[in-house]
Amino acid sequence: MKALKYIIPLAIFAALCVFLAIGLTKDPRKVPSPFIDKPAPAFAIAKLHEPEAKFSPADMKGKVWLLNVWASWCVSCRVEHPVLNDMNRRGLVPIVGLNYKDQRADATKWLKQHGDPYLFSVWDFDGKVGIDYGVYGAPETFVIDKQGIIRYKHIGPISPDDVQKIFLPLLAKLNA
Amino acid sequence: MKRLLAPLLFAACLPAWGQSAEIANADPKVEARLKAIAHELRCLVCQNQTIADSDAPLAVDLRQQTRKMIAEGKSDDEIRSYMVDRYGDFVLYKPPFNAATAVLWVGPPLLIVGGLAGLFVMLRRRRAATQEGAAPLDEKRRREIEALLAADSDPKS
Repeated sequence: MKALKYIIPLAIFAALCVFLAIGLTKDPRKVPSPFIDKPAPAFAIAKLHEPEAKFSPADMKGKVWLLNVWASWCVSCRVEHPVLNDMNRRGLVPIVGLNYKDQRADATKWLKQHGDPYLFSVWDFDGKVGIDYGVYGAPETFVIDKQGIIRYKHIGPISPDDVQKIFLPLLAKLNA
Repeated sequence: MKRLLAPLLFAACLPAWGQSAEIANADPKVEARLKAIAHELRCLVCQNQTIADSDAPLAVDLRQQTRKMIAEGKSDDEIRSYMVDRYGDFVLYKPPFNAATAVLWVGPPLLIVGGLAGLFVMLRRRRAATQEGAAPLDEKRRREIEALLAADSDPKS
């Protein structure tokens, strides 16, 4: 009974340590998205290279595809871009670019410089579509399934490791 | 050179931002409501600031969106749920009570109540112990103590 007096505070302290230790392994910038397993929000905005042609997510029904948020002013997008180029070369999945709060001229120039891995990009000049998708820091990538449901959101640049460990298995599952 | 270093380092920390335009509403009532709501919403780019305090482009955009919704006659609750639908509960500085946040809300009061109860029990036990342990002095012990005290207060010894 006497020992209990020492064991209880020790147990509380240990539990606190466990919680704090778990907290340390999490990235506070990765906020869980409320969109997972929900339909991709609808929009209809002009394509970057064809201002007259509009795109809406419903056009991709029946396909598994990625919606990748990027901008010419976004430094981390430069880090990610070679990975997207590589995914495109390997023909893994169609990638639609959401050009976020950018100037049309800057964006097209940037794609010419760094390569264009996108099926096409759409031009979200005022960030309205970005708000509807809860975008808070480019690059962000949404994986959308054949029924138009968002299955995964990747925050920050995709690394080659992420392609192997996250994207390939997920795409295989969704395409099955 | 050293005097230049601090501002240079500071400048290097400023992220590259997209462009945003903020136009205040002419109606002071709209601005007052915006201020109240914006103080409850977290800016996800700079996580420890509200969108009222932040100058990040996303915060500017969200303020602008809030202005628009106020002008459209949306209620505060409608605006809050608009933000939660897009950014999750994390956008609220005061998270709602649900299964995921139960420990957050109930934990601290539970710890206080538990701690006070523990303290109360301990103090009562201690008091009971001292009362039992203090046997009344008999005449012999009392004299001994008085002699000791007298010897102690004698300046010559």
